[in-house]
Amino acid sequence: MSDMYDSGTNGRFEPRIVAFFCNWCTYTAADLAGTSRMMYEHNARVVRLMCSGRLDPQFVLHAFREGADAVLIGGCHPGDCHYQSGNYKALRRFRLLQRLLEQMGIEKERLRLEWISASEGDKVRQVMNEMTEQVRQFGPLRLRPMPNAPHSEPVADLELAVAAVEQGMS
Amino acid sequence: MSKPRVGFYWCASCGGCEEAVVDLAEAVLDVVAAVDIVFWPVALDFKRSDVEAMRDGEMAVCFVNGAIRTSEQVEMAELMRRKSQFLIAFGSCAHSGGIPGMANFFSKESILQEVYHGVPSIANTDTVRPRPETKVTEGQLTLPSFADHVRTLDQTVPVDYYLPGCPPPVKLIVGAVKAILEGTLPPKGTVLAPNIALCDECPRKESKPDELLIREFKRPHQIQIDPQKCLLDQGLLCMGPATRSGCDAACINGNMPCTGCLGPTDGIRDYGAKALSSIASVLNSDDEKEIDTLLKAIVDPGGTFYRYSLPASLLHGTILHEERGGK
Repeated sequence: MSDMYDSGTNGRFEPRIVAFFCNWCTYTAADLAGTSRMMYEHNARVVRLMCSGRLDPQFVLHAFREGADAVLIGGCHPGDCHYQSGNYKALRRFRLLQRLLEQMGIEKERLRLEWISASEGDKVRQVMNEMTEQVRQFGPLRLRPMPNAPHSEPVADLELAVAAVEQGMS
Repeated sequence: MSKPRVGFYWCASCGGCEEAVVDLAEAVLDVVAAVDIVFWPVALDFKRSDVEAMRDGEMAVCFVNGAIRTSEQVEMAELMRRKSQFLIAFGSCAHSGGIPGMANFFSKESILQEVYHGVPSIANTDTVRPRPETKVTEGQLTLPSFADHVRTLDQTVPVDYYLPGCPPPVKLIVGAVKAILEGTLPPKGTVLAPNIALCDECPRKESKPDELLIREFKRPHQIQIDPQKCLLDQGLLCMGPATRSGCDAACINGNMPCTGCLGPTDGIRDYGAKALSSIASVLNSDDEKEIDTLLKAIVDPGGTFYRYSLPASLLHGTILHEERGGK
């Protein structure tokens, strides 16, 4: 985990990407990339959904709020959806959500949708690398700070906590 | 036994919520007979000092409407919280930010720039802006400060219950007052309105096709609206599927689409994302280019989906690029 936060040691910003992959195509492709020993940027945390159509736009905004610098959605190619039309629903939501994000001052490339079939392990590698590099150029996503609800405990800053532990160890 | 004491206060709001209390009509007499109104600046001549003189928790319940932006509103929200046993966020602005909350689409600087220098009707050659403190020969003048962002009431002080709506429907207000007087309030944190979507109580429910498929989004002024037919099916952006009911479909009965003032049902964290999701999914196209063309008819997605809830949303507002010195 600690190498994800190494911006302080080599001066390079390491973006955090949350990837939502559908069970039938893109997740299997990521699995294939792994079993094929492909090397690629390790910046994405993959969340498996049964279908890209399950992706609630709230998931994307929640990921951004919790510290993601970008969100990647992976689904089956048009016509290949295991549930017939889930990927088309994902596509419509994605296009409207991208417009909303632009309006909110967020670069639309921070949200990306890719069709990756189960056999396209190499495309997973390529998309992960491309996206990591692009978001690295954008820099961290800095949302407006959320006012702390007075009745909820302030959430400890995980990054600061990790950095403090690491400093103590060195 | 003395009657329970009740207070009303307004922050960043339009006065419509106060109007909603007056809209209780004859029922307001029952309310006045059952409670003592001890603070209500818009209608009765009590002062802030009267509230400050109260014991903590002396008011049984206080209804606060309006969003929070100025330091004075923060002070008043804290004061009302301290002096009342139940604090109720009254109306969309206190609940989720409301119309004033849309100011979070802009930076504080751009708002001040526009209001005090930009608008064509203003003559402000000395480029004067309000300041929290100003020295004049007679002494020091003070004004409340203007915060960077708009907040909801529960982002400012702990809130016990929510009465949603712009303004809250009379039926819900009566229900809430009754529950307070009879001691039948639900668990704290509850939104005091039915937990079902507006479509469920919509008088046009029967005309909604089994599968909604929209080929073209339209705005109300562009078409003759059929007064019987499901508004979504007519291509209008009706927020009914994502919005809490409790208003007896007031806008629908006025032949206008729902704009979402009652906010989401329980369990939804971000109203706008959910409304966006339901609208996008009924679009009848699988082609990427065509989808973009059809979606262009939604000219302002942010203002459409976050009309009443931007401060309460996950993003809280737009990213302020200029305030962090470029990207």
